[in-house]
Amino acid sequence: MPGERVLFMFATVIRRLGQSIVVLALVALVAFLIFRYVGDPVDNLLGQEATVADRVDLRERLGLDDPWYEQYTNFVYRALNFDFGISYRTGLPVSDMIAKRLPATLELALASAIFALALGVVLGIYTAIKREGWLAQFILSSSLIGVSLPTFLIGILLIWIFAVELGWLPSFGRGDTVDIGWWSTGFLTASGLKSLVLPTVTLGLYQMTLIMRLVRAEMLEVLRQDYIRFARARGLPDRVVNFGHALKNTLVPVITIAGLQLGLIVAFAIVTETVFQWPGVGLMFINAVYFVDIPVMSAYLLLVGLVFVIINLVVDLSYLIIDPRIRDGINRGNVST
Amino acid sequence: MELTMKKAALAFGVLLALSPLASQAETLRWARAGDSLTMDPHAQNEGPTHTLAHQIYEGLLQRDMGGQIIPALATSWSALPDNPNVWRFTLRPDVTFHNGAPFTADDVVYSLNRAQMPTSSMKELLTSVKEVRKVDDLTVDVETNGPNPLLINNLTNMFMMDSDWTEENGVSAPQDVAGGETTFAASNTNGTGAFMLVSRSVDEKTVLKANPNYWGKDEFPLDVTEIIYTPISSAATRVAALLSGEVDFIQDVPVQDLKRVDDADGLKVVTAAQNRVIFFGMNTAADDLESDSVEGANPFADVNVRRAMNMAINRDAIKKIVMRGQSDPTNVITPPFVNGWSEELNALPEGTTADAKQMIADAGYADGFSVTLDCPNDRYINDEAICQAMVGMMARIGVEVNLIARPKAQHFPLIKNKTSDFYMLGWGVPTFDSLYIFNFLVHTTTEDRGSWNNTGFSNEEVDAMIVSLESETDLDARNETIGKIWSAVQEEQIYLPVHNQVLNWGMKEGITFDVQPEDQPHFKFLSLQ
Repeated sequence: MPGERVLFMFATVIRRLGQSIVVLALVALVAFLIFRYVGDPVDNLLGQEATVADRVDLRERLGLDDPWYEQYTNFVYRALNFDFGISYRTGLPVSDMIAKRLPATLELALASAIFALALGVVLGIYTAIKREGWLAQFILSSSLIGVSLPTFLIGILLIWIFAVELGWLPSFGRGDTVDIGWWSTGFLTASGLKSLVLPTVTLGLYQMTLIMRLVRAEMLEVLRQDYIRFARARGLPDRVVNFGHALKNTLVPVITIAGLQLGLIVAFAIVTETVFQWPGVGLMFINAVYFVDIPVMSAYLLLVGLVFVIINLVVDLSYLIIDPRIRDGINRGNVST
Repeated sequence: MELTMKKAALAFGVLLALSPLASQAETLRWARAGDSLTMDPHAQNEGPTHTLAHQIYEGLLQRDMGGQIIPALATSWSALPDNPNVWRFTLRPDVTFHNGAPFTADDVVYSLNRAQMPTSSMKELLTSVKEVRKVDDLTVDVETNGPNPLLINNLTNMFMMDSDWTEENGVSAPQDVAGGETTFAASNTNGTGAFMLVSRSVDEKTVLKANPNYWGKDEFPLDVTEIIYTPISSAATRVAALLSGEVDFIQDVPVQDLKRVDDADGLKVVTAAQNRVIFFGMNTAADDLESDSVEGANPFADVNVRRAMNMAINRDAIKKIVMRGQSDPTNVITPPFVNGWSEELNALPEGTTADAKQMIADAGYADGFSVTLDCPNDRYINDEAICQAMVGMMARIGVEVNLIARPKAQHFPLIKNKTSDFYMLGWGVPTFDSLYIFNFLVHTTTEDRGSWNNTGFSNEEVDAMIVSLESETDLDARNETIGKIWSAVQEEQIYLPVHNQVLNWGMKEGITFDVQPEDQPHFKFLSLQ
């Protein structure tokens, strides 16, 4: 009954939106509690010649001596009006800074997600089907590097090999970009695409490994099922069995994990962006932390919270579409199967 | 065969040099750790901000690549013979701003007044200024409250703006970040300098091109016609970018990579002493320290304990092991460029660890004591590693040091709020005169002085001498007073000096460029082969 389904989805969205707002408010609250321990922005703003009187005056004007809950409510009130203030460090409106830098981060995240998903699924299937093959074994053991090495080390290693020793790819930055409206894209220029390679691999390697191992494990599980054996017994070609029947049934957990990982990609981008001087919001956040740039830090944390909330929502909704058990379970009043 | 190739190359080179092609664009790609904070020349008093501003804007005078003061927009200056309270500046004629407007005395008066406004970060350097007056189009008088022999030293980063341009664009006051303000001057420029701003994307890329009408065309090499400035915060990436040839010149080469850069084909490292001294301070005034193991007393209050600790610092070991040879050990908290520095002050303390241990025992701490050391971990070269070395050296004389290393944003407030018992600090001296050190680090903490003096050291006589330096015009008498103050500082041992930092710039082989002690490259001095 499609009408009921739409209604159910609508109710889910509404309920999740309500939860999301609570989550975001909590993120901002925790952020403000932490800010008291990250340091004093006054020092960076005034320079070393400032007198005691200058410092007191500036603290007063910035409202830093107000109780944290007052600062917090002020922030929430302004955030509701999409006003995130002025960066202490650059003197530019925070919303402009984010708008300018978000495309870089999103393009990097998108490229990494595609890299991780495409390669992860393909290699996962391959290693599941050719379980005993030496290539599969090699892929599996070398993929351990992807999970065990920290991101910044992988980044520096890649820079060392491909930028310094071989000189094939740039070591930093985003290359030339093309502006389409307010969105600046690096997808349309040769140097932009070249610049994208190393950060994409660095950022996506962990997720790629994870997805690959997940797909492999799920595939192996499914391939043991009776219906696969029957399918084989019926003489269906391997291709149909593997892709038509087995792969389809491994996708639900993969989508859950991949979706959540996409959020992590945006959050993990901080390290990758720092290593490659990628001009995205992650690098902006790191610079803000060093400078105790509270307006930028709070806006960034809200943004990351928002990304996670949206991704969770989309993942939940996609279950409803993909998994017939959940979909039809609604109508029978039996959601958990 | 090779020889003929070389000859051919040489001939080709000569041909190039003679042809008009030689004056083609020479682009310099420059990277350092951080970006400038704003293009408004009076809104921030900070190193990287001034460095970029120096390419575009100019002051009446500036420091050259050796740190010496040279004329810029003023050609000469002196105090009036009949009135030591007035400095007279003769301005350079026929100078124009980048927009074509002429530079005159009105602009100087306007700019110096702007730099004294409440939202200016440069105002502390001009507190002695009473009035700035135009005498004629090319002469300006600056009157101070009482004679100020050091006024010149405070003007090296004081940039001149075009009064009409500034007014027209509504930026008559410096940008007020605290007031939540962003202004036209924060991202647009109109200076008189050798380079003009072409484009700027904060934290990403800033492009400058040579000013075709620059007054100093015949005075400086001006070989570079375009500068592309990219901040690269990760040290490893910055070095990699230089090694891979993606940038031509970097500041802040990490000491562990110096050899690699120097050994690389076509690259070199140029080194010079920096105008920054690294030292430890102690709270000598508190009745009891917060973090120590001694009840009811402050071991740092005893000058013999402080002297013993100073003796126990093995500066050569720190230089060799922690700094890989890249430091200049010292026993005084002033870099050698500064007026007041001397060989005697710099001489390292004599005495062995055993002597130091004995002194601690004689002071009543035969069983030693423990104390917390606050240390930054992202401010000075190998700051945390120096502190770790300090822990070991102090342990040898029975002082058990608990090290807490924090980011600078959390470390400096401890000192400013006078809540640290024992701390590391570094100090650069932009005026190149001891008074700057005394004012901030030695004078008793008051409303407008001693803001960095966390030692609690307070001596009325010394304070009076420090204040007298501000208006003493007899340079010999002034230097004598400086010597007296240094004697007091050394005698009381309120600080434990470690070393002067060494600056390293990495660059392509063909570049000829001296390292500037304030870490400020002025690219008009750069020449290419």
